[in-house]
Amino acid sequence: MKVSIDRARCQGHGRCYELAPEIFDADDEGYGVVLGTGEIAPGLARRARLAALNCPESAVDIDDGEQIT
Amino acid sequence: MTTDERFSASFEELRPDRMVGARHEAITGPVRSWETDFSHVEPEWADDPYRVYDDLRQRCPIAHTDRFGGGWLPVRYDDVAAIAYDTDSFSSRSVVMSNVRPSLDLAPVGTSPPISSDPPFHHDARRLLLPAFTKKAVETREPATRAYCHELIDAFGDRRDVDAAVEYAQHIPVRVIAELLGLPLEDAPRFREIVANTLEAVNLPPDERAARIGAQFDYFLGHIRDHVANPRDDLIGHLVEAELHGAKLDPLHVAGTISLLLIAGIDTTWSAIAASLWHLATHPEDRRRLVAEPALLPTAIEEFLRAYAPVTMARLVKRDQHWRGVDMKADDWILLSFPAANRDPDQFDRADEVVIDREVNRHAAFGLGIHRCVGSHLARMELRTALGVWLERIPEFALTDAGPVHWAPGQVRGPRTLPVHIG
Repeated sequence: MKVSIDRARCQGHGRCYELAPEIFDADDEGYGVVLGTGEIAPGLARRARLAALNCPESAVDIDDGEQIT
Repeated sequence: MTTDERFSASFEELRPDRMVGARHEAITGPVRSWETDFSHVEPEWADDPYRVYDDLRQRCPIAHTDRFGGGWLPVRYDDVAAIAYDTDSFSSRSVVMSNVRPSLDLAPVGTSPPISSDPPFHHDARRLLLPAFTKKAVETREPATRAYCHELIDAFGDRRDVDAAVEYAQHIPVRVIAELLGLPLEDAPRFREIVANTLEAVNLPPDERAARIGAQFDYFLGHIRDHVANPRDDLIGHLVEAELHGAKLDPLHVAGTISLLLIAGIDTTWSAIAASLWHLATHPEDRRRLVAEPALLPTAIEEFLRAYAPVTMARLVKRDQHWRGVDMKADDWILLSFPAANRDPDQFDRADEVVIDREVNRHAAFGLGIHRCVGSHLARMELRTALGVWLERIPEFALTDAGPVHWAPGQVRGPRTLPVHIG
């Protein structure tokens, strides 16, 4: 599972880094950024989904890799 | 003494035309029909707007009024979101629905940038503010805010009957904003007057309204001059020094932004704190659960923000257009109700219930799109602190019949009186 933030949609609400600080952080202006590569350990998958489902701008994308299989 | 030529003139001299624009006679009195005559400043709206939204959503999801010179009220989440995102068709040059429409010449800056600004100016004006309002930056104010919340409760003394809005909620954002901007806390009564003038007194005769807004700007200009003479490390100091596109800011940009931050930072948060306390005073099962499980508070706060979102915005239609079944004319108002969007059952399960452990909550209390509330992280810090301290100190409280709960009318709705009994 891999997460990314659509910079064009993100408005800095900060729900992702509030709900999943292990995965997301804020830049100097408060916009969300993904920590590291965005590759999510299985134990954090639920957190990643919660962040995506709570983003008011739907700016958090999750790639489950399911379309590949 | 240091001076800065930019700020030597009065508001009248800086903007001799004052609030130029199309004016309309104020229409007041009871609403005849919510579909064709809505008004957000009448008492029947302030008492319970949710009943109005839910009813309109069934029958007439984009209501109209001839009041304020004509405007529309969409109540579906999808429509509210679409308008918030479409800055090409809907201008922000005034975000307070009144009987005066600022002229299109005022775009893209508007009277209080960046909330009143349209692209492309908006983006750069907003960037001047963002670093001061990140989650990290506002967390530094948490200890002082917490100490102040305790002081306010200490001041209740042995009294068991207090007003949670008047004696608690309203003071917290006033103090936070005064310190952030660099305005004297003794002026707190003046701040509240400025807020009420801007947001509630929308049906005053336009000249009277313009005179009050002029006095307000002169007050800000006075403090700007004082900051020039005695530089300080606060937001007014920052705006005085800030540069945009290679030049220092226009004096009306500085004063307009200060006006915005003061108005948008005070009764919005005050309303959210007081509405949350109202809910807890009237829902003992939720109150007891939060006392027992303080870790649930951030989740509950998001739900209070969804269910009791205090802020409604406004837009002006840029040109005649047929929009989702209605014929909008250039300069029609849009009353952009994030509170109505937040109660749309097509967007939220159990939309009309307050579910304090709601995990998925994509609410729009802080707006959507480029005008997302710049102070949202500050507001969340204040809410967490104010509600956390209250529940820790006063786990048992209930509404009393000492007086009615008075909800403010207008675009920022929240309890202005909240008599509660402790214990």
